[in-house]
Amino acid sequence: MWSFSHIADLLHEWLSKTFNPTFTLIIEMVLAGVAVIGLFAALGLVLVIMERKVSAWIQIRLGPNRVGPKGMFQSLADTLKLLVKEGMTPDGADKFLFNLAPFIAMIVAMLLMAPIAFANNFQFWDMNIGVLYISAISSISVISILMAGWASNNKYSLMGAMRSGAQIVSYELSAGLSVLSVVVLTGSLSLNDIIHSQENGWWIFKGHLPIWISFITFIIAVTAETNRAPFDLAEAESELTAGFHTEYSGMKFALFFLAEYVNVFIVCAIGATLFLGGWMPFHIGHLQAFNHVMDYIPSSVWFFGKTFFLIFVIMWFRWTFPRLRIDQLLNLEWKYLLPISMINLLLVTLMAIMGWHF
Amino acid sequence: MSIGKYIKDVFSGLWSLVVGLKRTLYYFTHHKEIITEQYPETKPVLPERFKGEVVMPHDEKNEHRCTGCTACELACPNGTIKVITKFDITPEGKKKKAIDKLVYRLELCTMCNLCIEACPSDAIKMAQTFEHSVYDRSQLNKVLNNPGSKIMDGVE
Repeated sequence: MWSFSHIADLLHEWLSKTFNPTFTLIIEMVLAGVAVIGLFAALGLVLVIMERKVSAWIQIRLGPNRVGPKGMFQSLADTLKLLVKEGMTPDGADKFLFNLAPFIAMIVAMLLMAPIAFANNFQFWDMNIGVLYISAISSISVISILMAGWASNNKYSLMGAMRSGAQIVSYELSAGLSVLSVVVLTGSLSLNDIIHSQENGWWIFKGHLPIWISFITFIIAVTAETNRAPFDLAEAESELTAGFHTEYSGMKFALFFLAEYVNVFIVCAIGATLFLGGWMPFHIGHLQAFNHVMDYIPSSVWFFGKTFFLIFVIMWFRWTFPRLRIDQLLNLEWKYLLPISMINLLLVTLMAIMGWHF
Repeated sequence: MSIGKYIKDVFSGLWSLVVGLKRTLYYFTHHKEIITEQYPETKPVLPERFKGEVVMPHDEKNEHRCTGCTACELACPNGTIKVITKFDITPEGKKKKAIDKLVYRLELCTMCNLCIEACPSDAIKMAQTFEHSVYDRSQLNKVLNNPGSKIMDGVE
């Protein structure tokens, strides 16, 4: 049966027969890089059209419906437009930092792809500190936003960047704490171990109420971390024109735009891995027939299905809730999410010690 | 803040979010009712007083009601209308002022309706057309009276 891991194994076998080990490793790394870039391009196209369709349907509109069947090629046309546009650098900008910032945003997104398991036994790098790695790398993304805002030499950009800094630094805490509750139950930081611990049921079903609380906290915190509405103060079209990327145009803007969507994909993939069992199929207790039917669906379909479900939830948030003020945003984090997730972590720890989960 | 109020705040906040999400999920799943007008396919229903451009109505004998009094030109706040007058010879041999051309520059017009209100003989009115895009801006300078038209009898 053809699966991602099978194809990867075949490729590895063929490469190691043809070339020497060093060369094989280099070729495999290049292939992995190309695969990630391809995935990014595909995600950019798919998520943009998905966002526009979801927003249109929620607002009782039709959405893009001119380019291609049902407007499905709209994002392709937009990408072409962005590619041929002029990438301007403002006169008063810090040229080096201004041009570097979008690439840092993309590099962070690329690095975050490393520990994610896309299918059964298909992962770039199965490291034993996957969760720690993700929370460490994802906090670099604030650097690119601050860099863009500072280097633009524009007060709107700087204000957007500072807001984004305050926001990401505070929401990192509750995202980390809610992730920790799964780590406490699993007893491992490796994403692969976390997935395998959900073989007999996803954590969202096994973990009772505390896991639900940490799941909700996680979704709220990552929505804030990716700077999406209702926490899009960093962009805040009505107040700051476009926030930190006001001065960006052409391909440099496209990189920021792509990085936003790729980050949404990544946080949803992590959420799906931690709480919804990654590529694990859905099983119900001892219903053997049902479980076998579920096993028949490929693991990559399970993974992408769960991830896209979470992406839909985050888009649903964006088109439902109004934007928060900066004081409301910080109130929500420091007065509500953080104390709740701290108490929740204690509860989960108690549950793990006493073995109350299934 | 008491702990009871804190917990109540959290739950009422969450509940209000759920109410909003339920509403938008309803719209998402019932997307067949569309509130936007599908413009090029179905023409929009315009209100009666929609102001698209200034036109001068002519009757079937190619006659208009404009006396060339330039009240519209004076009323226009941004010089959109230019009335070019000439002198006609009436059958009795008298000279009579009439319009040669009434030039209307659509690109300057703000549709403020002041010219129509200033006109003493109701010679011009606002039309409901709105698809004004052209490939050359010179096409936006329009002459409102038809070629060869003359003033209607009885309009002074």
